[in-house]
This record gives sequence, structure tokens and C-alpha cells, in this order.
Amino acid sequence: MEGLLPDLDVIRKDFPILERVLAGGQPLVYLDSANTSQKPQIVIDTMVDHLERHNANIARAMHQLGAESTEAYESARDKVAAFLNAPSRNEVIFTKNATEALNLLARTIDLGPGDNVVITEMEHHSNIVSWQLACERSGAELRWFGLTDGGELDLGNADRLIDEHTKVVAFTWVSNMLGTINPVVDLVARAKAFGALSVIDASQAAPQLPVDVQAVGCDFLVFTGHKVCGPTGIGVLWGREALLNELPPFHGGGEMIETVTMARSTYAKVPHRFEAGTPPIVEAVGLGAAVDYLGHIGLDAIHTHEQTITRYALEGLQSIPGLSVMGPLDATQRGGAISFELEGVHPHDIAQVLDSRGVAVRAGHHCAKPAHARFGVQSSTRMSSYLYTTPAEIDALVEALHHTRSYFKVG
Amino acid sequence: MSAELDNLYQEIILDHYKNPHHKGLREPFESEVHHVNPTCGDEVTLRVHLAGGVVEDVSYDSVGCSISQASASVLADLVIGKPVDEAMTIHQTFLELMQGKGQVVPDEDVLEDGIAFAGVAKFPARVKCALLSWMAWKDATAQAQSEGVTS
Repeated sequence: MEGLLPDLDVIRKDFPILERVLAGGQPLVYLDSANTSQKPQIVIDTMVDHLERHNANIARAMHQLGAESTEAYESARDKVAAFLNAPSRNEVIFTKNATEALNLLARTIDLGPGDNVVITEMEHHSNIVSWQLACERSGAELRWFGLTDGGELDLGNADRLIDEHTKVVAFTWVSNMLGTINPVVDLVARAKAFGALSVIDASQAAPQLPVDVQAVGCDFLVFTGHKVCGPTGIGVLWGREALLNELPPFHGGGEMIETVTMARSTYAKVPHRFEAGTPPIVEAVGLGAAVDYLGHIGLDAIHTHEQTITRYALEGLQSIPGLSVMGPLDATQRGGAISFELEGVHPHDIAQVLDSRGVAVRAGHHCAKPAHARFGVQSSTRMSSYLYTTPAEIDALVEALHHTRSYFKVG
Repeated sequence: MSAELDNLYQEIILDHYKNPHHKGLREPFESEVHHVNPTCGDEVTLRVHLAGGVVEDVSYDSVGCSISQASASVLADLVIGKPVDEAMTIHQTFLELMQGKGQVVPDEDVLEDGIAFAGVAKFPARVKCALLSWMAWKDATAQAQSEGVTS
């Protein structure tokens, strides 16, 4: 099949979990990568090696291990900076996850009555609730971009939504539910035209397409480690260095200070300004290995692979009677997460039957309740592929969905 | 695994799912609650009507999977017409079955169609589905009772 990663068999061997055999002797068909990706051996080995041979606290231990650990942690920052094409390594701040990165921004960006924040109806809850809280605290108004019936952002009223009182425009690059790829460059330009800060949630974009913060021109961008083949417990906030240094501190503690007296403290510049306390060291090191791994394969090649698998999956899914796909139907306009409904069978029940055949998908609202409400559904089933997904796995999904229909005597 | 699946989706459960008993919101009622399963978004709105210490009616409107829908249907079958004390005992018995990790042998005399949920207890992710309406009923009944005390 044209467009697949050329060494797909070799890539699959990098992921030991793909050899798993589940209950009843069923081989694993992992189609839940938008939820969390699997981890290649190099990430696992790098983390084990760090813990076995280099473990020490960073930036404060005056011994060899301390120096090695600091070097490993800071070199992960370099790798992430390269992954994002960031102009400066200081602009990469390690957080617990994307949610914490978004909350950091929502907590520290100055808002007040009369200001407004513009988000979209297709956001993950992390890019909704953090701004709802910020608006409740500050008296700012929260505004929403709506969605078209086709699952794209409705930009028809963009000129009314974003105005001179807009302080922040926050949006996802790729929808975790609809798969939609948003026009990020256009949205950034619209924010910039009114002097508003642009915040991009790249949690679903970073795994599957090249992210270049300079080309996009945004002010802030966040993503999470565990969806880009890295471990859990580590996320990234990228921001323009001058903007980050203007923001007040988020968490107070060790490592984020210049000096502390009983009267007052002064704060370090970024990145340390926002990395209070001992950070998730081995997780950062693992993330560094993960983005290196993706870089070796090439994000362009991964993106083409994802689109090829997505096109094949869209065809297969739509061949199933009673199945309707939500979001764009053109594989070039969407990411690798495909949510769908199957008439007469609830998503939970679909996921359960698929699981009995080794096919792992997600069922529920995918932390995107407003987007589900927009399409009048309470929950959906979502398959999501990644660089290790094969067409045969899509065939297994489609076959298992036919089986689901017959199991529940639909049609 | 297919046997496990059949164990989960007993015919009784699928029957209740396709033809739920006592479904729909009715009057009169002393309390109404709305419960959700935050992980999957399943929802139930449930009303309780008590009279003279007896569960006169349980009515509900719900969206969710086969397990949560069938469970609401079985709940209503089991508790309507029973003294509140006895209904609470049935509730406790069902709760113990669901939390028993598949090790509890269900008592058909108490749980009737509810025994079909024994297989659900082996699927930790689905126990919440089975308990959604039961927890809503307990909450609504407690509210109805405290209302009875205060008014």
C-alpha cells in the first residue's frame, strides 16, 4: 500500500508490547494511540539505563552522578526544542502533562473584567475547564468558535468573536474526537491582529505531523509526552521566551528562584522559573529519547503513514451498515483518530466486544463533551492509529465490528 | 474470551436492554436525582415515589450502554412494591454481587433477573455501568425519606 512507512515490520519490532497476546490467545490490535501511544524499546531502555546508572537529583547534586543526570535532563530539553524547531532551548518548559501546561497559562496570563478568551467547541476538556476557571476568577468572558456539520471550525463569525478585548485565543491543532486539522496559521494571525495571545494544544498534532513553532507563529504551544511514544508524567509548554519571562510564577519552590529571603524572593528566568521542585527527571529523559526516535523516522513520513491508514480505515468503517463516522471524511484533512457511531449498539458494548477479539479502542466522550453535544450524541467509539498501525489491523477492526453487529443482532 | 463475553451479555440483560421495564418519568414522586458516570458519560434521571414505607414507583429516563440500561430495568422490577427496608436489603445484596469480583454466588430468590449481572462483576470497567441506576435510586430514596421527615 503506497504511503505506509517503508520499514513498518521493523518499526513494529521496536514496540515490544505489540507482541502481546491477550486473553483467549487473541493478538493485540492496539487502536487507542490517541489515548496513549505505545513505547519503543529505545525509550524503555533509555529510562532503565538512566535509573540504573545515572540517577541523581539535577542541578543541585555536586557529584558525578548529579552532573550526568543534569546533563541527561537538559539534553532532553535540547531534543524537544529541536522537535518543535524552537528558537531557544529556554523556551521549553517541562510540565507534568499538557493539562498542567494549559493550567499554567490559564493561571498566569493576566485577565480581568472586560477581557475575553476565545476557545472552540472541539477542545479537549483540559483546554476548556482551565479557561472556564480563569474566566470565573477574573471576570473575563469566555467565547466559543462553533463547529460546522462537517466537523470543522466555523469561522463565519470569527470577526465578531475575536476583538480588541480578546486576550487569549486557545485552540487545538488536531481534534482528539473529530480528527479535524485546524487552520492554525490562520487562527494565530487572527489572534495577532488584535494583539491577543495564541495558545495551541498540540497534544494530538505533535505525535503525527511536523510541528514548527516558528512556521506557525504562535505564542504558546503545549503537548504531552505519552502520546509521542514517551512516558506518562511529562508534558511540554513551549512559549516565546520574552512572554514566558513576563508571566508571574506558577508554582513556588526550589529551582524556580534567584534568591529567597524572609522578606521576599526573586524568580529565575525560564525555563527554571516554571520548574519548581524536583522535576520528573527520568520521564524527561524518556521523552527526549522518544522525540529523537520520531525524528529519526521523520514526522513527514509518519504523517503520510497516518493519512494512508486513516484513508483505509475510513473506507473500511463506512462499508459497515449503520456505521457513521463523525468529522471530516477526507483523510488529508484529518488526523488519525476516527470517532464513529454504530446504530443500535452503545459504544461501551462495541468496545467490549472488540476487546474480546483483542481490538483495543476507546468508548465514551473522549474528554470532549461539548463536541459530542454539538453532534447530538452522548458518546462514541474511537479508533486511533499510529506509526505502528498496519492495514491488517484495520481489517481486524472492521471484521470485529461486523461481528459486533451480529452479536447484538443489529440489522 | 467469547464464553466470557457471553457470560457478560446474558440473554436476560439483552432482553431488558431491548425492552426496558418501567422506563419513562412518571408522577407523583418525592425526589428526583440525576446521576452520571463521568468516565463514559452514561446518565440517568430517576424519580422515587414512596408511600407508607413502600416503594410505590421508580421511574427513570436514561442513556447508556446495555449493562446500565438493563440494570435500571431490573432495579425497577425488583424494588417497586417492596417495603423500603426490604428494597434496601436487595440493593445491598446487588452491591455485594457487583463488588465481589466474580467470587460471589448470587441469590436468585433475592435478586431474580439481577443474577444475570454476576458476570459483570468480572469486568471492573463495567461495574460502574451496572451500579449507576442503583446508586441513583439509593440517593433518591434517602432524599425522599428525609423529605418525609421534615415535611
